[in-house]
Amino acid sequence: MTSRTEPSSGRMAPGVLSRSERELREAFLAEIERIPGAGRLDQCIQCGTCTASCPVSFAMDLTPRQVIAMFRAGAIEDLLRSRTIWVCASCYQCTMRCPADISITELLYGFKRMAIDRGIFPAKFPVHVFAETFAEMVNRYGRNHEVGLILRFFMRTQPLGLLRRRRDGLALWRHGRLRIRPTRIDAIGDFRKIIARAEKFDLPQERVKRESVADTVGYAAIER
Amino acid sequence: MSHMRYTYYPGCSLHATGVAYDKSMRAVFDKLGAELVELEDWNCCGATTYSSVKKTVAYAISARNLALAEKAGNDVVAPCSACYYVLNRTRKSLTEQPELREHVGAALAEAGLEVGLGTPVRHPLEVLLTDVGIDRILAAQTHSVAGFRPACYYGCQIVRPFAAIEGDDPELPMAMERLFSALGAAPVDYPPKVRCCGGMLVATFPEVAKELCEELTNWARERGANCIVTVCPLCQSNLDLMNLDGRRREANGSTGPLPVLYFTQIIGLALGCSAEEVGLEHGLAPVRIDVPPLVASGKD
Repeated sequence: MTSRTEPSSGRMAPGVLSRSERELREAFLAEIERIPGAGRLDQCIQCGTCTASCPVSFAMDLTPRQVIAMFRAGAIEDLLRSRTIWVCASCYQCTMRCPADISITELLYGFKRMAIDRGIFPAKFPVHVFAETFAEMVNRYGRNHEVGLILRFFMRTQPLGLLRRRRDGLALWRHGRLRIRPTRIDAIGDFRKIIARAEKFDLPQERVKRESVADTVGYAAIER
Repeated sequence: MSHMRYTYYPGCSLHATGVAYDKSMRAVFDKLGAELVELEDWNCCGATTYSSVKKTVAYAISARNLALAEKAGNDVVAPCSACYYVLNRTRKSLTEQPELREHVGAALAEAGLEVGLGTPVRHPLEVLLTDVGIDRILAAQTHSVAGFRPACYYGCQIVRPFAAIEGDDPELPMAMERLFSALGAAPVDYPPKVRCCGGMLVATFPEVAKELCEELTNWARERGANCIVTVCPLCQSNLDLMNLDGRRREANGSTGPLPVLYFTQIIGLALGCSAEEVGLEHGLAPVRIDVPPLVASGKD
């Protein structure tokens, strides 16, 4: 198994990579070794069943098949900057149909976590804010508070979006489906202790501020 | 059969947008003599969203619920598809990955809890079909639901990756169709029944979610359905919100709104629950389908 985590000579090695690519690759390969099924991405035969099964591939800039191909080609930063990993709706259709048994959905979670950890996102594209806001709500109350989540998410990303959604909100309100006040669990103190301890096991959280590396990634970065 | 008692894990949505699911679940289980005991001080399962942020934390908060459920002792019933999936994924991952289990165990210990993976997490559709059984549901039926022509929509996470109903084809499940046909309703053929509604994309990529929901709705109309039946609060909200556009189309002389119901609402009506008891008023489209009492047939 050690061969897989060795970026320049392992089974999936694309060649010589830029330092940032190599570091990302190492971190990601180490991470997916711990996700059952996801570590099998070297078994991908590029058949495209994932892309054909994906209900949202029409809205992706890279298809799921291309994500795996680009990872193997060493263009990790490119795929972290893609819309694709954020458009995934977690429907698991690709995972269920993959003939090589690769957990593509879990693989994409891995990429999302890495993008958030490293602060690498597509330009003007704040979808990760939704995930982070969701986590904040849960950390604060122990439960998700739908109204608070939606309000915060839109205020942070596109306040005008709230105006466009007011019809939906009003309709749900009129039908008794919005809770204005959040519910906090009783054991919130214990709950936060659990989170604080668990967090220590997750990837290093320091936000690496990176200058643009756009011209040094992908195939261009592979020295022949 | 011994007394049926379950640990009820409603999940966050059932206390808000999915309130009709909560009402109808409780009503149906009550009618059928199955007891639901809400898990005390449960917390959010983390949904699939938390997995994108912190992995160990996502597993740890979900495992807190499993630890509490283990103490309570009965099978867990999780009506929301996301909760059903996430809790089962936690059971599976922690079983298969000793390192993760150790980390989560250390986190839970901070709250005096232990990792507990022995309690099955089940979806109410499967519980009703397996533990109660269609025969006993039919024996308790008091009202006719023959007016319903449901498009049975399963969505994603109760069919994959962990199929809630053993033996049902994950690409073409028939469990709800069998149940509703037995109750006298007329489910329509609905090919996109396991396609995705877009889930959380409704907030982040609304135009993508809308496209998926529109297709699901149009398909149901084309097949002559007079309602869509769902098993998940997020599917229900996403599809139900399409009715706001439907009303506008109606104003233009086009099709009217299409009620989006929970499977428990139709079962509840068949068992003699009132429209209020199953929370029909929470739907964005009015339900104008008669539910007359069954003609005496020697039952009861």
